[in-house]
Amino acid sequence: MKFAVPLILFAVLVGFLGVGLWRDPHLVPSPLMDRQAPEFHLVRLDEPNLSFSPREMLGKVWLFNTWASWCVSCREEHPLLEALSKADVVPIYGLNYKDKRDDALNWLNKMGNPYVLNVQDTNGRVGIDYGVYGVPETYLIDKAGVIRYKQIGPLTLKALEETILPMVRKLNIGLQP
Amino acid sequence: MNALLLLAMLFQPARAPDLDQRVMTLSEQFRCLVCQNETIADSHADLADDLRQQIREQMIAGRSDAQISTFLTDRYGDFVLYRPRVTPKTYALWFGPFLLLGGGLYWLYLFTKHSPSSSKLRTLSAEEHRRAAELLRIVADPNVAVYRDQFAELESDFRAGLVVRAQYDRDRDELERRLIEDCRE
Repeated sequence: MKFAVPLILFAVLVGFLGVGLWRDPHLVPSPLMDRQAPEFHLVRLDEPNLSFSPREMLGKVWLFNTWASWCVSCREEHPLLEALSKADVVPIYGLNYKDKRDDALNWLNKMGNPYVLNVQDTNGRVGIDYGVYGVPETYLIDKAGVIRYKQIGPLTLKALEETILPMVRKLNIGLQP
Repeated sequence: MNALLLLAMLFQPARAPDLDQRVMTLSEQFRCLVCQNETIADSHADLADDLRQQIREQMIAGRSDAQISTFLTDRYGDFVLYRPRVTPKTYALWFGPFLLLGGGLYWLYLFTKHSPSSSKLRTLSAEEHRRAAELLRIVADPNVAVYRDQFAELESDFRAGLVVRAQYDRDRDELERRLIEDCRE
């Protein structure tokens, strides 16, 4: 009884540390959530004399996936992107982040190309505007051009099935997810 | 014209180290998101290089430290700030340790106030002295035999001059109190 107070304090401390142990410190919530996707004009990877801007996507729900040929986890998520692209549920646009054009094109030739198109962010400036701190990162952007979800790290089947695809469905028929 | 160019060249190198210094000083206030325990100034991550470059360019463009800080928090959140802002969300972080310290000190105060050690210096009453002497004399318990030895030892130390009077009184009182306490159970 005499030690009830220290014991309770100890239990609380253990509780806090225990919760902390299971959290991923690399998942930093993005302040861009529910905000307008930053505007840019970047050169297209496939057609370097054409450019692309997210403004062109107004009225559509789309995925914006940052990737690079040097990025190992991008290989991990690539089969999922391919499957998603074949299923034709949501268009995938790519931000080729701090990559060399030839390397990126080779990668797409070898691995398959799930993207409607890619833009080249050679110096990583647009990546910074989007708060990218580790590729791959994927943004779900709604018809009004607002970022509705951000996947940090490779896409997973769980994230797709439980979060992203239900959101896409709702956003497409004009419901708030 | 030539003189002007020369002047410009003279002053140019002098300005660059200043800017470097400013970039480094400000970069030290931001956390690198790749190596999260390093500042943007210290980190060798690619992203930290890029962000230092951003900071430099924005400084050249004449933006203030506060504006650059906003630029970074707009993109990466308050997490980039090595020194968290004081907002209701971070009150626990800023003031929690002081609350805990205060609570701990208060608890310590209550604990020592109510603990028996504070009554230790109370001298024993005549009745208690008598009771202790009686217990020593009549109880055959081995525990009391230990007390008997301790009393004898204290007595001989005192006789031999190894213990001064005040110490002897205090130790004897303490032994008697413990003896009475033990025999009560």
